Amino acid sequence: MKELRLMKGNEALAEAAIRAGADAYFGYPITPQSEVIEYLMRENPADRTGMQVLQAESEVAAINMIYGAAGCGKRAITSSSSPGISLKMEGISYIAGAELPCVVVNVVRAGPGLGTIQPSQSDYFQAVKGGGHGDYKMIVLAPATVQESVDYVKLGFDLAFKYRNPVMILSDGIIGQMMEKVELFEQMPRSTEEYDWATVGKKPGKNSVFVTSLQLQSEEQEKVNLRLQAKYRVIEKNEVRYETYMCDDAEYLFVAFGSCARITRKSMEMAREKGHKVGLIRPQTLYPFPEEVIYEMGGRVKGILTVEMNAGQMVEDVKLAVNGQCPVKHFGRFGGMIPSPDEILNALEQKIIGG
Amino acid sequence: MTEEIIIAGFGGQGVLSMGQILCYSGVMQGQEVTWMPSYGPEMRGGTANCTAIISDKEISSPVLTEYDTAIVLNQPSMDKFEDAVKPGGLLIYEENGMTRKPKRKDINIFSIAAYDESVKMNNTKVFNMIVIGGFLKVKPIIELENVIKGLQKVLPERYHHLIPLNEEAIHKGMDIIKKEHSLN
Repeated sequence: MKELRLMKGNEALAEAAIRAGADAYFGYPITPQSEVIEYLMRENPADRTGMQVLQAESEVAAINMIYGAAGCGKRAITSSSSPGISLKMEGISYIAGAELPCVVVNVVRAGPGLGTIQPSQSDYFQAVKGGGHGDYKMIVLAPATVQESVDYVKLGFDLAFKYRNPVMILSDGIIGQMMEKVELFEQMPRSTEEYDWATVGKKPGKNSVFVTSLQLQSEEQEKVNLRLQAKYRVIEKNEVRYETYMCDDAEYLFVAFGSCARITRKSMEMAREKGHKVGLIRPQTLYPFPEEVIYEMGGRVKGILTVEMNAGQMVEDVKLAVNGQCPVKHFGRFGGMIPSPDEILNALEQKIIGG
Repeated sequence: MTEEIIIAGFGGQGVLSMGQILCYSGVMQGQEVTWMPSYGPEMRGGTANCTAIISDKEISSPVLTEYDTAIVLNQPSMDKFEDAVKPGGLLIYEENGMTRKPKRKDINIFSIAAYDESVKMNNTKVFNMIVIGGFLKVKPIIELENVIKGLQKVLPERYHHLIPLNEEAIHKGMDIIKKEHSLN
């Protein structure tokens, strides 16, 4: 039976990790995501499912514990906020290089540096363009509700194992801290599946399994790169997810993700009341990016405004997708400031409708 | 129906839990709800606030700049949120500790001496439930039985014997809330 609760985004996400049959959580506290590890420690899932929860000595240690667990074919998840995610990036690159599955949650706060603990979307580039070194991609899921924070943990594990690739859930301080009604899915059993790529001890008659991201021969490394790129093309074909609001008759378009998409939806409703025919596209996957629908809308509308809590990051991907068919502008607040619905409407009128 | 509420006061006055109780009560009667706290340094003493939205429809923005109702429990919160009430909206303030009365003439204004009443009840912890009672008297958006159901969800079971006391506090709040300025 499905269960209805009022939960904080961070706590709901932690509960979803237990219910998704995760084998392990390794993390290190940082505001505004500490409720994830606090909830898991309090809930002690070892008693419920056998799931292990450990506070590591640092973010670097946590991501390498994830690397180890993933190498054994285990469903492992970690979470942090922006400065902590930067620390994890080396490990994420290794995990991507070794083609292992894991889920990494970033409850974004404003930067650069230690920045502030208030919400932001300034880690968009880091999440979708690599972040760590080397040519790799994470699948990036952007929840806009507490419900999606729950659903994307399950989806995240599914995609991570389907493609043997790290998945990032790009949340933020608003979604992590707010409480909403949430429907929890039923407890799933922890997986007992055996994978031929997992290092669980060599059995007689089987070949040895190596987990590595090191290839000293360039010819071999290029093969790895080509294999990764081929995988990314499949992901781009199969895993694009987005929502559209009132796009059918739209003359103008907003593109926004995560919490900003919620605020922008209010602006869209206000604009409609004033007689502006505005629609909204909300990418749910930031990588793969919903290029096709944005290209198609770009050919139909008079202008597009991206709304982001950063200085203009996703706007670059929107411009690439639109390919010059219509003007694309950006409106953002940053440093932990949250744009208000009126501010966004005003920006639409100034930059797009009157511009 | 959509009710957008800001609740603000000192940390420790039960500001955040008031919003949570209202939201859980909303869930109990099948409504959509969103609760968003301030989680900055103010949480560690000083002022705290939360936004609670209760609606029949899917809720878009969890963050607002204008509210249908502001419930302010100290002077800094009054100073910050009096102007954020929508014209025709509602302002409720706790009398104790206010150094100036609200100035707006285009909104409905009520005061409540919830702290004094909680002292009379020998339990200052029910202060916030008295305020909730006052709010629900002016805006009966949630049935009392659903507030009780909400409390049963919010409170750990070992505190369930306190629910009748909280119910009494809600009734007290409904009795003592005073009209200060009314549009009609």
